[in-house]
Amino acid sequence: MDDKERLGNPATGAGLSRRGFLRAGAAVGAMAAGAGAARAEEQPDPLITEVQPWASGWGDGVDATPYGLPIRFEDDVIRRNVPWLTADTISSINFTPIHALDGTITPTGCAFERHHSGAIELAKEDYRLMINGLVDQPLVFTYEDLERFPRVNRTYFLECAANSGMEWAGAQLNGVQFTQGMIHNMQYSGIPLRLLLEEAGVKPEGKWVYVEGADASSNGRSIPLEKAMDDVLVAIKANGEALRKEHGYPARLVVPGWEGNMWVKWLRRVEVTDEAVQSREETSKYTDTLADGTSRKWTWVMDAKSVVTSPSPQMPIKHGKGPLVITGMAWSGRGAITKVDVSIDGGANWQEARLAEPGEDMAVSRFYLEIDWDGSEMLLQSRATDSTGYVQPTKAQLRAIRGENSVYHNNGIQTWLVKENGESENVEVSS
Amino acid sequence: TPALAEKLGLGRPALPEEIKAWTVEVFPDGKNLPEGSGSVEDGDQLFADNCAACHGDFAEGVDRWPKLAGGKGTLAAKDPVKTVGSYFPYLSTVWDYAHRSMPFGNAQSLTADETYAIVAYILYSNDLVADDFVLSKENFLDVKMPNADGFIVDDRPETEYAKFSEAACMTDCKKDVHITMHASVLDVTPGSDNA
Repeated sequence: MDDKERLGNPATGAGLSRRGFLRAGAAVGAMAAGAGAARAEEQPDPLITEVQPWASGWGDGVDATPYGLPIRFEDDVIRRNVPWLTADTISSINFTPIHALDGTITPTGCAFERHHSGAIELAKEDYRLMINGLVDQPLVFTYEDLERFPRVNRTYFLECAANSGMEWAGAQLNGVQFTQGMIHNMQYSGIPLRLLLEEAGVKPEGKWVYVEGADASSNGRSIPLEKAMDDVLVAIKANGEALRKEHGYPARLVVPGWEGNMWVKWLRRVEVTDEAVQSREETSKYTDTLADGTSRKWTWVMDAKSVVTSPSPQMPIKHGKGPLVITGMAWSGRGAITKVDVSIDGGANWQEARLAEPGEDMAVSRFYLEIDWDGSEMLLQSRATDSTGYVQPTKAQLRAIRGENSVYHNNGIQTWLVKENGESENVEVSS
Repeated sequence: TPALAEKLGLGRPALPEEIKAWTVEVFPDGKNLPEGSGSVEDGDQLFADNCAACHGDFAEGVDRWPKLAGGKGTLAAKDPVKTVGSYFPYLSTVWDYAHRSMPFGNAQSLTADETYAIVAYILYSNDLVADDFVLSKENFLDVKMPNADGFIVDDRPETEYAKFSEAACMTDCKKDVHITMHASVLDVTPGSDNA
């Protein structure tokens, strides 16, 4: 989060589409009137007893949609921005609609964006990747060259260092899309950066790589050579297809488990160096100020974190009492998620949720807890544990060590107040 | 990861001109700084022409655009003001970032001398040099950055991991649970009434 993204007084009159929220609210009202049509026992359901047009006529032909978008009924499942967070939309952030998603893979079309000088258009023909610095032979690769290297497929989360950063000083934004939505989780096809570096031949003096993008901001960052030679990828595909323009087309860096800023998009150069560059994005930004005024630098890893995505402020309970699916996502930059606990009483008591699939290293896990909701108020929380034994802390625990001005790396436990009418609110509770 | 016995022979050697064109980052020790110089006086005019519309005539920032000057002594305050003078540990970063990525929307348009001059003006705006100062490659490292010693390397392994790796409480973990803060009171979420 830039200085210009720091919290100020929100601009007035700059609201976005309110449709999603209003629709959600209206649905809650309708629920009070009781039951869906399927529950009515007195009268037969005309959706069953009467022939519907879709059961009689034609749907669309196979030539109608060469590349499809979601059905119009899902038009609220979109990226949203918060205008007052930043000075402009070019160096800014938007948010993944994680409240409405399930499973673990983020659809690329609604996966969040963070640019520092906009999403540039860089054709494969114009793409060049340079490896230089402390190497035996500096090299230039074309995109076609990249496609000829051995490839791997890996699924990882990318979380912006500033995800939940607006919540350091307290509950502020009312929706999981805004409080935890600077994240996406994709399957990447890419080339291990190690192979590109070995092609150039890293000299023994090499200790770091400096990576930068082709855009005006460059987003230059320093990465220890050890990490670069370990699991960093140069990705050319995400979720099976070419990267989206806004996600770095045609090639981006994938830095598993580490803060999203380091996942340099439109990657143009990897320079082997003997020291860190200490660029703007690792001095002025992406450094975390503590209560005494000193700041941590090189806080690369994203710690274990989780959040309940439904119910949540954008996902009110519309069905009344009875069976309720509590679901959410958990992830850790240090390893795999091994356990997620859920509390409905603000952290006084916890139950172990069910992981939909075994956790994978540095990838999002989906969890479910099925309960029988009695209609009473709940203070809903989730708490992740990763394969290193690290347990997601409360916000109070984090603030006790860091204060309130770290800006980045807020992985504190989120609380939703679920009210008797099924609506939820972002709150903080006593520790 | 596939193991390769030998190099694949992909790519081609980078030419010196190509390496020079893209290798423009400047290190804290001044490595890669080009020859050149610029005065506060020249920087004042260049800043007015290229930077002040967003950063203010005195680098104090306009609206929500970044402040480049001020904030001295605020880093431990409730709302720190992080600027070149109050926060940046290295002058190299200022030169490098301005030269490569500013002005916003017209990046890579400043010459080396212009960049030296603008950086000199930013230093002057932070009361770090006098108004007759001329910044050059030669005296670059003489400038003392106030927050040069203000950074520590990530210490979470020592200060947090052990504490947060204790067995988690599962039952009767709290006596008193009450709400301390509501987001709806602030009401700044897009789509809500006042945002």
